[in-house]
Amino acid sequence: MKVALFVTCLTDQFAPRAAEATVRLLRHLGCEVELPRGQTCCGQPHYNNGYEGEARRLAKRMTRVFRGYDHVVTPSGSCAATVRHRYPELLTEGGEAFARRTWELGAFVTEVLGVDPSQLGAVWEGRVAVHGSCHYRDLPQGDTTLGLLSGVSGLEAVPLGPRGQCCGFGGTFAVKYPAISGALLSDKLAALREVDPIAVVCNDAGCSLHLAGGCHRAGMPLPFLHAAEVLAEGLGLMPRRPRRVAR
Amino acid sequence: MSRTDDAPRRESAEELLFPPLPHTVGERAARALDDPQLQRFVNGATRKKDDLRVQVREAAFGADAAAIRAYAGRIKRHTLDQLDVYLERFATAASARGTVVHAAADAEEARSIVLDIAARAGATRCVKSKSMVTEEIRLNAALERAGVTTVETDLGEYILQLDHDAPSHIVTPMIHKDRTAVGRAFSRELGADYTEDPEELTAIARRELRAAFHGADLAITGGNFLVAEDGAVVICTNEGNGRMCATWPRVRIAVVGIEKLVPDKAALAVMLDLLARTSTGQPLTVYTSIVSGPRGEGEVDGPEELHVVLLDNGRSDVLRDAEMRDALRCIRCGACLNACPIYRKIGGHAYGAVYPGPIGAVLTPLLRGTASYPDLPQASSLCGACHDACPVDIDLPRLLVAHRRRHVAARRIGWRERLVHRLWAWGLRGRWRYRFGAWVMRRILRRRADAGGFVARLPGPGRGWTEVRSLPAPAATPFRARWRKLSRRRPE
Repeated sequence: MKVALFVTCLTDQFAPRAAEATVRLLRHLGCEVELPRGQTCCGQPHYNNGYEGEARRLAKRMTRVFRGYDHVVTPSGSCAATVRHRYPELLTEGGEAFARRTWELGAFVTEVLGVDPSQLGAVWEGRVAVHGSCHYRDLPQGDTTLGLLSGVSGLEAVPLGPRGQCCGFGGTFAVKYPAISGALLSDKLAALREVDPIAVVCNDAGCSLHLAGGCHRAGMPLPFLHAAEVLAEGLGLMPRRPRRVAR
Repeated sequence: MSRTDDAPRRESAEELLFPPLPHTVGERAARALDDPQLQRFVNGATRKKDDLRVQVREAAFGADAAAIRAYAGRIKRHTLDQLDVYLERFATAASARGTVVHAAADAEEARSIVLDIAARAGATRCVKSKSMVTEEIRLNAALERAGVTTVETDLGEYILQLDHDAPSHIVTPMIHKDRTAVGRAFSRELGADYTEDPEELTAIARRELRAAFHGADLAITGGNFLVAEDGAVVICTNEGNGRMCATWPRVRIAVVGIEKLVPDKAALAVMLDLLARTSTGQPLTVYTSIVSGPRGEGEVDGPEELHVVLLDNGRSDVLRDAEMRDALRCIRCGACLNACPIYRKIGGHAYGAVYPGPIGAVLTPLLRGTASYPDLPQASSLCGACHDACPVDIDLPRLLVAHRRRHVAARRIGWRERLVHRLWAWGLRGRWRYRFGAWVMRRILRRRADAGGFVARLPGPGRGWTEVRSLPAPAATPFRARWRKLSRRRPE
């Protein structure tokens, strides 16, 4: 099956390894992955901040860049949610159709490929904290992160509490309201201390930037991984990142 | 600065809900974040309520939860779409049963209607059951000025009244206080011996409130629902005070927002199924009083006069605003407040409005002017927990974004910020512009980064970021540069 990878701008710049793992995992599952070269950003920050015209033009551009592909797959939950949830209203023509063709990785694996992630046979030793991004709320499959990791032998995946609570990222919110954003971040850092993992798994590059920056500031040098990285490493598709010990 | 209940408060109760405009959340939010009591109480109570809501929804509706919520949303939409018809129907049915129906275009008119009724009835002692809409029209102060002694009879509201404090939650008004504050208020204002024992405290409140009910000649309530079919006013309470108000004094006035209408009893049943469950995790509130008319012949209780004041106060403007109309679906269950990570951190008073939390951030600028609350819609991470919690399916993040869009369009966002967004979007619209811009960003950030790859301090607009966390530096080579290598050699 031919799929187009939608890397997303943040993943491209800040977490390229997550995109690489996504490609390796998709190939492992029998997909032929292509990277449409013109892609940039889905327009999520512009939509969220009220720049509808800008968001619409970027949305239109997305549909042009990914024309001809039946499946567009992205490792980012919030970008998938933007396309799925907001494009139909942004683009009266083609928004709905493009939204239907766009998949968050975890949902694509189960819904389109029909693969049960628990049967993949990956091995990855250690305890990780799993942060589910809020934007999964907008996707029909919900947060797929734990599902993707469900069959990895040796892995202990602990959801990062408090249940369903935002980490405080929220795009420009993090910059405009550092005190409130920081208070929410503190809750997550406290939860992280309790879980005491060797890594954090988060399928959203934005939340990861915010949480990793918070960990660094708090003196907790934890590696941040995408679930695809855990699977790709666990399946021997890419070398395991050198493990750093918490604290 | 931390504050205790007895220390002089910066704002009066009135100023807490009606701050000087324009109001921004910043200062009060900072105070709330520094208040360890508020952090503990609000966070603990909202989380508990939110967890309970999720459990109860699961237990009561299971797989049907989404369907019943969508149904409730459709009922409200249907009613709002022909609100004039249902208002007419309500007025006709209520009048036929002897209720006097009044229409108030704004807060001032509503106040003068209420004061007129009180004056004509010669009422001087008023008991009130909990009502946010009477906060909205600042009724208590007006009653006091007119010489009508007014006692709030909902326990939480009663304590706030004694404390000269204002509600910070639409369902649990004293969520920012605990029972030690109640003990202090009772000993200070009522001369009772200080106690923290809930039973003793309740007994004191009961004694005081009974006396108030005994002497009252006027009751003022809100209304959770109005039933168009038979002109009934529905109030849902847990302490019995609402029913006492509805049945004891000889005159009762219910002040109700026009959006509280439901077409008929079948629709009411759906709403009652949802209200208490999402609000407090109960199947029903302890008392659900459905009253359609004053005391009839041969009836043992009920007021001699029943008045319903239908309050507009900006609501028809929202109704005409197709994009924002959904905000009027709200049944004031408070679930979005309990679910909101921001509300949990900053509490209700930071919103500087009668209606706090996500629904408040949407509704307040609509009712009191977009320019009056320039940053309420910005103070949200758009996490969507509010939409998830809403029993009538209000897409609150979408409405917040709609507000933001209006701020941008009206140039209420600074020109620098607008320019940055427009340049940023322009950069993203071209492949080479994107690559060049990203290259510049990588260079700048990687230069500023420490050996571990983190930027500790950013200037200008990035300062907010590094105030509370570092910024991981971008990768040396972006993904598209790795793609060449990745596509050359096919593993497996």
